[in-house]
Amino acid sequence: MSVKKMCSVCKEKPATVFLTNITADEKAQKLDLCDDCAKAKGLDNNLTIFPFAADAMLGLGAAQEIEAAGGGVETRCPRCGFTQADFKKSGRLGCAECYQTFAEGLSGLLKTMHKGTQHVGKAPAALRESRDVSERVKALQKKLARAVEDENFEQAAELRDEINKLTPRRTVKSA
Amino acid sequence: MQIHTFLSPPAETARRHGPNDRIVMSSRVRLARNVRGYAFPGWAKKPERIKLLELIRPAVEGLPEMHEAFSEAMDNLTALDKQVLVERHLISREHAAKTAGSGLVLNREETFSVMINEEDHLRMQALRPGLQLRQAWTAIDQLDSALEKKLEYAYSNELGYLTACPTNLGTGIRVSAMLHLPGLVLAEHINPIIQSVNKLGLAVRGLYGEGTEALGNVFQVSNQMTLGENEATIVERLEKVLSQIIEHEENARLTLLEQKPKVVYNHIGRAYGTLANAHSITSKETMNFLSLLRLGVDMDVFPGVPRSLVDELFLTTQPAHLQRKLSDKLSAEERDILRADMLRESLKNVDRPVVKKIEPTGLDKSPES
Repeated sequence: MSVKKMCSVCKEKPATVFLTNITADEKAQKLDLCDDCAKAKGLDNNLTIFPFAADAMLGLGAAQEIEAAGGGVETRCPRCGFTQADFKKSGRLGCAECYQTFAEGLSGLLKTMHKGTQHVGKAPAALRESRDVSERVKALQKKLARAVEDENFEQAAELRDEINKLTPRRTVKSA
Repeated sequence: MQIHTFLSPPAETARRHGPNDRIVMSSRVRLARNVRGYAFPGWAKKPERIKLLELIRPAVEGLPEMHEAFSEAMDNLTALDKQVLVERHLISREHAAKTAGSGLVLNREETFSVMINEEDHLRMQALRPGLQLRQAWTAIDQLDSALEKKLEYAYSNELGYLTACPTNLGTGIRVSAMLHLPGLVLAEHINPIIQSVNKLGLAVRGLYGEGTEALGNVFQVSNQMTLGENEATIVERLEKVLSQIIEHEENARLTLLEQKPKVVYNHIGRAYGTLANAHSITSKETMNFLSLLRLGVDMDVFPGVPRSLVDELFLTTQPAHLQRKLSDKLSAEERDILRADMLRESLKNVDRPVVKKIEPTGLDKSPES
């Protein structure tokens, strides 16, 4: 009598569905599932298995969107060598820089996935300061433009000084 | 140190109390972070992952919260160790599958668990008994702020914390609570509730997270969106939704007792009968019956029986916890027998359910009447 393979999820019932998933680093992940656990994972019907992990996880069309944004030419992340095809397989990106590399294709995806496309909330303290400063500078520049428009030069000069204080560009001294 | 000697005994774990723990079993806030300049764990080659682990692990171990912590590389843990950690909700199932280049740092009180090189370089979570989302967020926020002084995170002003999966981008936060909802399940109100919670952009999952079924009527509710909203807003929305679910669950229990007492007592009585008398029982059946026993405790039909007894059994009857008590590797069939033995022993001093008198007709009123 052969030994029955048990379901690797519930470890209770004999496995009837044998899933092999090739991960991004080309390792085969094997998953043996019983009927119930396969059903719970949405794998009860062979036809419902999504061809690409990206589509399964991020919604249908995610992989295509990334691909289309690449204009048919395979884009490769200069930092880590990750490609759209890899995204299609795993639904995950290779490194932080991939977000720049695949920015175009990701923007639509992020819009459907999240509340917004601009981060609000916590930032690392070191960067928080720079974020706050750049926001303040932007606000001051707006005010400055208005002051100039209104020919309120006294205020404009004050604003200019304030902006200059916040943007220390004098690190490179002229000879 | 061995994880088995580090972890608190299940009896102790089951006695941890928190607000609303009648329905909210636990609260958790997890943050996803990555270290700048390295590939994400799923794409990094093994030497890079090992290097990352060597960089991150001491940084985490050095945090004041991690005084006397358990810290180990995943390849030094056995499959059984990892499964025990999964059953305690201290690591994810995905992390349990990791080996070389991944690690775990768990604090003494088991309230902070930091997974290194899971899907992201860092998955840190604060865990609290009962409904304590705000406290969990404050705790993990502090830990994260201390850690960012030692590690440079991958972050952009536009997209926030950069994560391996775009679904976690931005705040990298996942706020979740584990809810015991037998009333809503028995009243068959659970599906509309799940649907309306989904419409609010929140996910409802089973006991072990993504892709798992709601064993023992336990559901996990969590936020899905992480970009474009700040952490406090996300925590607040979840708090609001949870307080509504709690109210619905309490109402469902009251209504059931009023309108269908026989149905409720039948479920509880049969669950007690099986758990206290079976000689072989699967873990799934056990969890579903224990859920009804827990409901019975909440409804005062087991006077003097503390909820912690049931919660302890929720843990100790699961496969890895059961296996861990024994030196020989058991088959599932052998485990079922052993599980039943343990349940009979634990419940031998629990008296049969005491049921309030029901009108002589004994027939349940239909909700319409």
